[in-house]
Amino acid sequence: MDQRPTPPPREYTDGSTAIVRGALDAGCDFFAGYPITPASPILMMMMREMPRVGGIAVQGEDEIASIGMCLGAVLAGARAMTATSGPGLSLYSENLGLAIMGEVPLVVVDVQRLGPATGGATTVGQGDVQFVRWGTSGGYPIIALAPSSVPECYHLTMKAFDLAERFRCPVFLLTDKELNMTMATVAVEDYRPAEVRPRPAPAEPGLPYRYAPADEVPPLRPYGAGETVRFTGSTHDERAFITKHPPTVDALNRHLAAKIEDHRDEIELAAADPDPAADTLIVSYGVTAGAVREAVRRSRAAVKPVSSLVLHSLWPVPEHALRAAAAGARRVLVPELNLGQYRLEVERTLPQVEVAGLNRIDGEMITPEQILEAVR
Amino acid sequence: MTTTTITPLASYRNDLPYPFCPGCGHSPILDALNAALVKRGSDPANVVIVSDIGCSGLSDQYFITSAFHGLHGRSITYATGIKLARPDLDVVVVMGDGGTGIGGAHLLNAARRNIGITLLVFNNFNFGMTGGQHSTTTPAGAFTSTTASGNLERPLDICATVAVNGAGYVWRGTSFDDDLPERIAEAMDAGGFALLDIWELCTAYFVRSNKYTRRAFQSTLDDLGWPSGIIQRRPELPEYAAAYRAAPKPARSSVGIASIPVTQGSALDRRYSLLVAGSAGGRVRSGVRLTAQAAIRSGLYAAQADDYPITVRSGHSLSTLVLSPEPLDFAGVTVPDALVILSEDGLAKSRALLPRLAPEATVLAFPEVAGLDTPARLLVLDPSAASSRLARADHGLAACAAALHVLGLFPTAALVEAAASAGRLAEELSRVVAAGLEMAAAAR
Repeated sequence: MDQRPTPPPREYTDGSTAIVRGALDAGCDFFAGYPITPASPILMMMMREMPRVGGIAVQGEDEIASIGMCLGAVLAGARAMTATSGPGLSLYSENLGLAIMGEVPLVVVDVQRLGPATGGATTVGQGDVQFVRWGTSGGYPIIALAPSSVPECYHLTMKAFDLAERFRCPVFLLTDKELNMTMATVAVEDYRPAEVRPRPAPAEPGLPYRYAPADEVPPLRPYGAGETVRFTGSTHDERAFITKHPPTVDALNRHLAAKIEDHRDEIELAAADPDPAADTLIVSYGVTAGAVREAVRRSRAAVKPVSSLVLHSLWPVPEHALRAAAAGARRVLVPELNLGQYRLEVERTLPQVEVAGLNRIDGEMITPEQILEAVR
Repeated sequence: MTTTTITPLASYRNDLPYPFCPGCGHSPILDALNAALVKRGSDPANVVIVSDIGCSGLSDQYFITSAFHGLHGRSITYATGIKLARPDLDVVVVMGDGGTGIGGAHLLNAARRNIGITLLVFNNFNFGMTGGQHSTTTPAGAFTSTTASGNLERPLDICATVAVNGAGYVWRGTSFDDDLPERIAEAMDAGGFALLDIWELCTAYFVRSNKYTRRAFQSTLDDLGWPSGIIQRRPELPEYAAAYRAAPKPARSSVGIASIPVTQGSALDRRYSLLVAGSAGGRVRSGVRLTAQAAIRSGLYAAQADDYPITVRSGHSLSTLVLSPEPLDFAGVTVPDALVILSEDGLAKSRALLPRLAPEATVLAFPEVAGLDTPARLLVLDPSAASSRLARADHGLAACAAALHVLGLFPTAALVEAAASAGRLAEELSRVVAAGLEMAAAAR
């Protein structure tokens, strides 16, 4: 054998497994889901793992029941996650609205696959980017994170739990078929846990909701902890009694937006890989970012300098990171497995820069060669 | 230190008057629920009234208990989640016949699971909140705002439906029944899924459209031939939340980190891809998986994407393995460096690649699929060349071993080690690897 030092331990695994580990390490103790490729491995693993840690996992009769059970469980004190793919997310829609309105912390994994309806069962796609943002009535903000590697699946799952607790809202983990189901070699040291803040235990009885200051999030008060707790999906006052009183309704709805919009800096996550000599910036997320990383290496070695920004948070749009990364760039390339859904956000954020898309919707991944060609 | 004195509550109502129409059955049903709660004496914080949409969905606001007011027809799902997470809580669902209909799947499955929630159906045969439209329980022939010529649909027998599917307690009666508080308390004590189908008058719509009175309940029952009173009691059925906690738990985690030691070295200095194309039952995926683990033992990075039809036990089974001395950010393969074809299914799925292979690429094929036209180097692997019999289920791993021998990507010793580390499968996998290497030695 040669004299190279022994590399640190590695394992052979996939994104689904890393997400389940992340959920376990974040203290998840409730999971409900319904089988759908490519999210089923998460369901199967959670069904096996939850009883071992004293948690509960249920296969619901459908997606509606699954997310409904999660919402009930969270109000009863659980930390919950569910996982599905686009067609199942369609069925989550009404209860996502309830989670927003009732301020329920919940992690929703969307393992994207191609196309509307049954689509390419099962090929890769990134077509749910705007769907998670606008996927329920009313148009209120949510948070979405997007890992681009197996270790990031672990880290950002934990981060999703933390942000769900912090902001009492649904947090999406937006992945895809290839990230979840392709086996990969991972250096064990690359798994970075995220800090998950504990759920504050309210010392005194109090109100379940608070609208002033608009951006503040009062602690979740679970059932069965000594005080009565009310919850409703209707417009409500701070005691959770239904109201149509315009000033109260206005305060409620502004609070739902402000608690997230006023704290974008706490949510924004991106990995910048700048090259000072580059005039082109590539903005990517999810599985496409893997091809970008390889293309950037090859371009710098043999073609031309190029900068990269991999977005780990998609919603709210990480505008600060985008503007910082684009400073000095003449051109921005946004490769996506859709027809340019996130390019819209990049164009809106960077109006002074030429923004081009590289888009593929045939069920295959964008290759490093395609990116190199687009950068050239 | 605090001392808690438990004083029985005289009422679980707050001081808000009910908002319901004069003569509406909701008020007496909620009074009966209140009386049942008083009788049982639970801490109101530990009672959760779960409601959904419709006039009945207003109910929780008139109680001092905890409350979950959710979406139409989904209250059973929220209640199930609450009960699973906190089995010690009393979970009471109040829903109308509208919610029962739209949430029909949840009704069936809650009964089937026998989840320990108590469901009060405020059954007034129509949608009262939205204008008197017909519901799944509207009697045939009845007039509503959406059945102007009389209802053509037969009503859902809620009680029979949940009873036949395993509900622990089922009762049918009316809002006028004097024993309603006792029945509600009894249902809550029953432990499993308990349903009370409570017929009542919607004075805003159904009564006016049909000249319906409390005396009509019995004639409707008689017309349908449906029973009332206690319809089912099955205390022997296990309650789901309790059964879940009592079920055996897997001893070991399936998601722990299984780190792979690096024991060999590899001279591979570039990315290399291998497509193994076979059939279901050939254990292609697990064979490639073991090969990938052997590559990691040799200090390489491996990635694997599988492709197979939804009918997993028939048709093709393809695995693409990518190896590299550097971390793999991108595991996609357009045209592989080597192609291993094990069957007609595999050939059908990979044939289009054959003319695109580079001259320095390698094709390894079993004899029955070896008549190929390709610019690549072609070698035939003959399973009969191995000293032990290679069954169809051995083909995937044996072909990987042979490919490794022929291509020299990393030491075959790494695959021998990986097979020997496979626990109870070690002996069998080691035999297949050895046979695959013999097959490779005879390749032509």
